[in-house]
Amino acid sequence: MDTLANLAMGFGIALTPYTLMLAVIGCFVGTIIGALPGLGPSNGVALLIPISFSMGLTAIPALVLLTSVYYGAMYGGRISSILLNIPGDEPAMMTTLDGYPMAKQGFASDALVISGFASFVGAFLATVGLMFLSPMLAQVAFKFGPAEYFALYMLAFCTLGGIGSNNQAKAALAAAIGLGISMIGLDKTTGMPRFTFGEMHLMDGVDFLVAIVGLFAVAEVFHFIETHGKDSAIGVKLGKITVNWAKLWSTRYAMLRGSGIGFVAGILPGAGASLGSFLAYMTEKSSAKDKSTFGKGNPNGVAAPEAGNNAAAGGALIPMLTLGVPGSGTTAVLLALLLTLNITPGPLLFTERPEVVWSLIASLLIANIMLLVMNVPLVKVFVKILSVPSWVLLPGVTMIAFVGIYSLTGSSFDMMLMVAFGVMGWLFRKLDIPTVPVILGILLGNAMEDNMRRAMVLSNGDWTYLFSSPIAIGLWIAAVVGFVAPMFLRGVLKKPPQPSTDGGTTD
Amino acid sequence: MIRADRIFGVVMVILALGYILSAMSIQTSFLSDPVGPRVFPYMVAGVVLICSLVMILRPDPEVDWPVGGMLLQMALALAVLFGYAMLIRPLGFVIPTVIAAGILSWQINPRPVPAALAGLGLGIGLFVLFKFILGLGLQGLPRALMG
Repeated sequence: MDTLANLAMGFGIALTPYTLMLAVIGCFVGTIIGALPGLGPSNGVALLIPISFSMGLTAIPALVLLTSVYYGAMYGGRISSILLNIPGDEPAMMTTLDGYPMAKQGFASDALVISGFASFVGAFLATVGLMFLSPMLAQVAFKFGPAEYFALYMLAFCTLGGIGSNNQAKAALAAAIGLGISMIGLDKTTGMPRFTFGEMHLMDGVDFLVAIVGLFAVAEVFHFIETHGKDSAIGVKLGKITVNWAKLWSTRYAMLRGSGIGFVAGILPGAGASLGSFLAYMTEKSSAKDKSTFGKGNPNGVAAPEAGNNAAAGGALIPMLTLGVPGSGTTAVLLALLLTLNITPGPLLFTERPEVVWSLIASLLIANIMLLVMNVPLVKVFVKILSVPSWVLLPGVTMIAFVGIYSLTGSSFDMMLMVAFGVMGWLFRKLDIPTVPVILGILLGNAMEDNMRRAMVLSNGDWTYLFSSPIAIGLWIAAVVGFVAPMFLRGVLKKPPQPSTDGGTTD
Repeated sequence: MIRADRIFGVVMVILALGYILSAMSIQTSFLSDPVGPRVFPYMVAGVVLICSLVMILRPDPEVDWPVGGMLLQMALALAVLFGYAMLIRPLGFVIPTVIAAGILSWQINPRPVPAALAGLGLGIGLFVLFKFILGLGLQGLPRALMG
């Protein structure tokens, strides 16, 4: 058993006291980030990359720390969904549908316990799936040449734009803007500067971390001031946390189904955790005998989307690790992390640096168990942290964003660029233009162009080469379908309305 | 009726044309590949042009834009962030952070005393956290004072 031997090696690396400590810190910080409204896995990880990099962490510890934050944030998102009726992050949206009604009826503790276990089941199964599937996919990925990679990047942009936004033109525009920004700097092949306008700071190109922190974290500041973010107040009572085993056991099938659906949704490029939790919830609702209890505090309606979004978080790591193509905003941020650490994801990662892959998988399994402990018996700690007022929290987050970029680059120019990206993120949000494709464009632009140009070198400038292999054609077809199909499915995929707060929170 | 989508679309069309113009002046070396460094930027600009035209022709419904006092508030926040970006190098971490965090805090919750406390607490607390616990190389106070 190759997999088990590899896993044992992974545990050998991950089970040192130092990495375990990092995993604990990562899980703790991650759960807080997930629980706080307005901070999700993507901006949380984005804020911490520059800081962990400036701390001089090497590849494996940094990876352990930040993937623990990633998983932790996926767990934590449910806490504010259930207690405040405000999703802590976007994938936790579906958890509000039944979680908040449950909490209002006095079952807050049950809702937190069930969703905590569901998160564990989803994340655990997905990590196991990741363990077995990713080496297989890495084998397939060896067959990919530049033409296939180019088609794969197209697929990622098309499905991300198609599924993740309301307007195809705006999603494509966002991707193109990102690609356009990535062109700034020296051209790798010829060594000639492009779009630098004689500005020395732009010779190295726009640092993707500056763009990510700006678009995700600084934009949040403007959005918050504009909407005059109200102080969140916990409107429901949380008694002693007890485990209601019978109720928990009754949701077992919902958890398993949710995990399966979420895992598949996570693997698909462009879909990610939000779609995973959405599909898991809708499946659970439509397969239930008594549909009317959904939205009114059905425990299955809490278990399914939580299992779904955590399974999707694990599944989303597969294309990111094996192909280097992230499927969602958060995995795009994790790709940024790998690139910062000088690790190039792709099939070669599995053969050349197996210790990175397997210690990552081992630490994900460890993180999961830690998170289960933190999120079920110790959940009250996080509930306390939720009561930090926004007038302390938001300036704090802003300053952390600045410190990260400042200690990474040490330049005022990059900080101003970050603020500019923040304004751009706010404006795009206003105009309903998704920002994730911009990030993906900045991250993948150079690789995409590089593959296109290499394909042309191989074919001596014959453009039909891009469609010359069955894999490439399949990817192109999937890209077109992924971009066009959601236009017709939009009516079907309508999200159910959030439960009303009716005086539950004091605004 | 002019909508924000239309204005944005027009701005993006102008930017895309400027991008193409700038791409035309990229120098290629004689050892270039068949495609060269200009084609991909042309393709990207082409996509921007098409999408911007769609936005101009078929704009989404208008959203509420900040007006009056709110616009001023946002301009203030922007000015604070830009000022912070410029001053953190010469003045060190603590003083700009206290001021910037205090102003942002006041913007969210307009009570001066808690805002001032939040600014002070964040300025000093984050400095201790980053400098002494996480070990980042931050300059605490103005360079002139440190000698």
